Amino acid sequence: MTEPGDKIANDVFFDWLLRRGDTALVLGHRVSEWCGHSPVLEEDIALANIALDLIGQARLWLSLAGEVEGKGRGENELAYLRDAWDFRNLLLAEQPNGDFGQTMMRQFLIDAYQSQLLKALATSADNRVAEIAVKAGKEVDYHLDRSADLVIRLGDGTSESRQRMQAALESLWPYSGEMFKGDAVDQAVVAAKIAPSPEGLRTEWLSTVDAVFTEATLSKPETDFAHTGGLTGRHTEHLGHILADMQFLQRAYPGATW
Amino acid sequence: MYAQMVKTDTTKVRDLSEMSAQERAFQERIDRGEKIEPTDWMPDGYRKTLIRQIGQHAHSEIVGQLPEGNWITRAPTLERKAILLAKVQDEAGHGLYLYCAAETLGVSRDELIELLHAGKMKYSSIFNYPTLTWADIGAVGWLVDGAAIMNQVPLQRTSFGPYSRAMIRICKEESFHQRQGYDIMMKMAGGNEAQRRMAQDALDRFWYPSLMMFGPSDKESVHSAQSMAWKIKINTNDELRQKFVDQTVPQAQYLGLTVPDEHLKWNEDKGSYDFSEPDWNEFFEVLKGNGPCNRERMEARVKAWEDGEWVRDALMAHADKREASRTAAE
Repeated sequence: MTEPGDKIANDVFFDWLLRRGDTALVLGHRVSEWCGHSPVLEEDIALANIALDLIGQARLWLSLAGEVEGKGRGENELAYLRDAWDFRNLLLAEQPNGDFGQTMMRQFLIDAYQSQLLKALATSADNRVAEIAVKAGKEVDYHLDRSADLVIRLGDGTSESRQRMQAALESLWPYSGEMFKGDAVDQAVVAAKIAPSPEGLRTEWLSTVDAVFTEATLSKPETDFAHTGGLTGRHTEHLGHILADMQFLQRAYPGATW
Repeated sequence: MYAQMVKTDTTKVRDLSEMSAQERAFQERIDRGEKIEPTDWMPDGYRKTLIRQIGQHAHSEIVGQLPEGNWITRAPTLERKAILLAKVQDEAGHGLYLYCAAETLGVSRDELIELLHAGKMKYSSIFNYPTLTWADIGAVGWLVDGAAIMNQVPLQRTSFGPYSRAMIRICKEESFHQRQGYDIMMKMAGGNEAQRRMAQDALDRFWYPSLMMFGPSDKESVHSAQSMAWKIKINTNDELRQKFVDQTVPQAQYLGLTVPDEHLKWNEDKGSYDFSEPDWNEFFEVLKGNGPCNRERMEARVKAWEDGEWVRDALMAHADKREASRTAAE
């Protein structure tokens, strides 16, 4: 564990924890939509497993967020009783599944980032963060092995598969830049030695994705344009629909226990 | 088990004196309780019947992901969502073991899937019923998995080795599934008025379809007698249905729910419940394709298969390229 850094305000730390929890939750939700519909039985099993890991990670992050917030909200209040503008997930996580290639490309872009982020968080000055990062990091390393491998195999498969993977990469690429754009929340967690700066993760991320794209015979888009807003609560139209689905029972039957 | 009305191609069960020496030796091994392994000689009928039965069971696990998957994105808490995901993942895993068991009999998974999609193989009638509320997820675990366990526990002793071993693994997970289903029902039945209504409604809709899972009475069935002689069926449908009713009624009472059968009554003399038969016309209609969700279930599976074709082709093409470059390097 790292020596403690500057003190951080609870609401800022809370916001940063929501970014972790909401990204895992929303991505897990998207992956779980594949259940029973994937191209081959092994993928049904693998995708359910990944969704399960992500929901598990979301629970850990959101529980800690609730604890830090100190207003008595737990994982379920945070997941089910906030509206879209209070969600702090990456826009990339909420992008629709598209075809299997698009789902795998989205997974790969996020896995490559999460894997590095979690490695850095394993030495966080906040040991609660470090504990979650160690556990989640093991899962995400495995997810990354798998998603990288599938991007390679589908990129360098048939001409149709290459075309689909290239299209997936082009449509998702503009959502990847958000992962590396730091703001005041990030500055505060960096100063508190809780987390690394997002900008600092970009070089290694690029070297991971470049190597995979080369092997997959895919061309990285030239543009540096990045859609942003997810981390501060301005989402795409998709998130509202995800939440309408996810939160239905809690909203329709307030106060019920399940 | 999720297999119903499996045909055996038999018109009469023969006794040992009517069999060839090879068939007799085979039947005697089964009678001694030995396991038959894939490389052992077996009669054609035994092989074909097992392929139908295991295939139907495997298909049921796969199609069964759909009604439960229907509520994964809407599960009411993150813990419930995680449990349901784990359960549905287990079901897909069961499908995988079972297709592997079937493959040892000389039929590929792809062939079986194509037969399913062409309507030439069945899956359990139960998965043609919809899951309309969250309580249905409880009812599926409690009743549907409960009925499946009734059938699968004895099948752990079935004569075909790979099938028996698959059943042993599957049974361990199914009993966890049933408990999670009952746990959902406990929460719903002990919850607010709307939740209690959902719980009763789920029992009302799933009770008779669950009884149908065992298939119609097969006391007089030559197929059933042949399968029992081969030990690929251990009990009659009626025996298992009775056992299921006897186990489930007290559980419903404990939940404070009413089993939708006005003739349900404890029979002191036989030491078990008397109960109404399900509507077998409905059962045969569901098998014919006229259940509430037959069309949606098959469309979803066929769409998944067709949409996934480019993925499977690409993975094969990539494997071929790797193989070619490995060979070239040697």
